[in-house]
Amino acid sequence: MQPQPTTAPAPPAATATPPVIQLTGIEKVYQTSTIETVALSNVNLSINRGEFVSVMGPSGCGKSTLLSLMGLLDEPSGGTIAIDGRPVGSYSDKELAGLRNHKIGFVFQSYHLINDLSVRDNVELPLLYRPGIGGSERRRRALAALDKVGLTARTGHFPAQLSGGQRQRVAIARALVGEPEIILADEPTGNLDSVMGEEIMDLLLGLNRAQGTTLVMVTHDEQQALKTGRLVRFFDGRQVA
Amino acid sequence: MLLSYLKLAWRGWQRRKFFTAISLFGISFTLMMLVVLFALFDHAVGARAPERHTDRLLFISRMVLRGPESQSSSSLGYNFLQRHVLTLRTPEAIAVSEAYPINITLYVGQQALKADRRYTDSNLWRVLNFDFVAGRPYTATEVRDAAHVMVLNETVARRCFGTAAAAVGRAVQLEGRPYQVVGVVADVPTSRELTYAECWLPVTTTTADLQDPNNQRNYLGDFQAVVLARQAADVPAIQAEYQQVLRRLPIPDPEQFKEIRSYARTPLAHYMANHSNDAGQDGDAAAFWRRWVGLGLLFMLLPALNLVNINVSRTLERAAEIGVRKAFGATAGRLAGQFLVENVLLTLVGGVLGLGLAAGVMHLLNSSQFIPYAHLSLSAPVFGVGLGLALLFGLLSGAYPAYKMSKLPANQALKGRITA
Repeated sequence: MQPQPTTAPAPPAATATPPVIQLTGIEKVYQTSTIETVALSNVNLSINRGEFVSVMGPSGCGKSTLLSLMGLLDEPSGGTIAIDGRPVGSYSDKELAGLRNHKIGFVFQSYHLINDLSVRDNVELPLLYRPGIGGSERRRRALAALDKVGLTARTGHFPAQLSGGQRQRVAIARALVGEPEIILADEPTGNLDSVMGEEIMDLLLGLNRAQGTTLVMVTHDEQQALKTGRLVRFFDGRQVA
Repeated sequence: MLLSYLKLAWRGWQRRKFFTAISLFGISFTLMMLVVLFALFDHAVGARAPERHTDRLLFISRMVLRGPESQSSSSLGYNFLQRHVLTLRTPEAIAVSEAYPINITLYVGQQALKADRRYTDSNLWRVLNFDFVAGRPYTATEVRDAAHVMVLNETVARRCFGTAAAAVGRAVQLEGRPYQVVGVVADVPTSRELTYAECWLPVTTTTADLQDPNNQRNYLGDFQAVVLARQAADVPAIQAEYQQVLRRLPIPDPEQFKEIRSYARTPLAHYMANHSNDAGQDGDAAAFWRRWVGLGLLFMLLPALNLVNINVSRTLERAAEIGVRKAFGATAGRLAGQFLVENVLLTLVGGVLGLGLAAGVMHLLNSSQFIPYAHLSLSAPVFGVGLGLALLFGLLSGAYPAYKMSKLPANQALKGRITA
């Protein structure tokens, strides 16, 4: 198959600051002893500060891989990832962990809450890895984040005691607690019914509008994608729109 | 942070009660065995009565005469000790006692009682630290005058006279002669093979001829010297002085023997030498520690491997947690630390259980008199070694799983695409 020309949309406005995330010529190939799978091919994508970008495409087109690369959870097979204009290819494990901790918050489709920890402890988790924040400050920030998602009454509960929508709110509070500039959400409404999905979507839109948080969201829901500032589409590992 | 680890560890144990119970059983049983073994070792050579000053005590208890074709080894002759050991200048004090206790029969009225005897001089009471329950030790004058006096251990005194205090001043018949009990000491366990006895008598009351002129050139016999250094730092000087003395000695039968070997050994070195004629002054400590530490590690290896296996299989269960922690900023080192702390906590709990079980086994050993006069206990060194072993066990069994967990790729872990 011939590579398709990429049609990365232009940034919404000319800014003096570099894109908060910039992917240049990204390739991702998964290799086993018998098979080579191209997950992403020649992806060029810039995410500007304050944008809400949704990523759509059929299953297996590379959306989640893209999000993993943007979140520095995986390394590309080729190309460059830059955060705030700085390429991160040569960063150590410690530096990447620091960058994830300070800059990026994650929201996953299946929430990925730690079942053995209470709601508050789950939300505090990112702050555990941030030096200089004591227990009482962690607690204060966790309660503030839970307040933003409307879950202050559930701080002592455990994930198993919550509904799906509530769990996703906890996951959003956990993503928010460290006040990251970027939130990467991988199908955040995928496991929820339409009412709860709308609630979560409103919450994310509110964060973007009120706080200027940059959001990149993978979704299968066209209606939700249309509410975001920009929609990029992937097909077969390539950005097609 | 530690509190968070504690919470996770506690909830994880509660959630997986069966595996936690298996792990704890393996850990606590292993540690119990090792703690009991160490308690037996400490009981034999640790600093406790009557060998409280183990850092200042030396025993000269054996000599080996070596020739090209033959060798002869034994404890030392009384004459040899008088002429060549009691004359050493560096020690603070030197005592002479029989090297091995001899079983004798004591008679109190019509009652006959078997007891293990040692002939000694009066210095023994100065060099060693017996706990006198009643009465006193026999004196240098009594030894010089071959006074028929004796010191009993508490158990024998009670068997003979009801109480320790009642024994003092009473008469005991031995080999047809009356001996007066002048003192009663706390029981010394048989594991203290250099100092154990049930009945101590002045060496001058022996019927053997200690000054036998025919034995002037025979260095071997039935006795040992117990040497007390002024300070621990003097021990090497005393050992060197004794070796100098040996070098000057004529070989008793030069036709047959070419070399004299004898050492002033610490109680630990004596224990480690284990009556070997080939052991050096330090009792071949390196070989001893290699053997026993190796066996100890081997003993810990199986339950440790079991725990490693359980821990590694848990990586599957905890993959999403690992992925989430990495996503939110945990470094591999931090994650490894977390899992190591959790494992060490589990093994420390197992260690505490193991110490409890060990205390029970020691109580059984004490009450069964499997080792006569044993009073095994969870002393400070035994307790310390128990916790140390638990820590070592935790590190041994936790290091590999912690490393493996910390190296899981975050994106794969989040998707659950990992294999143990």
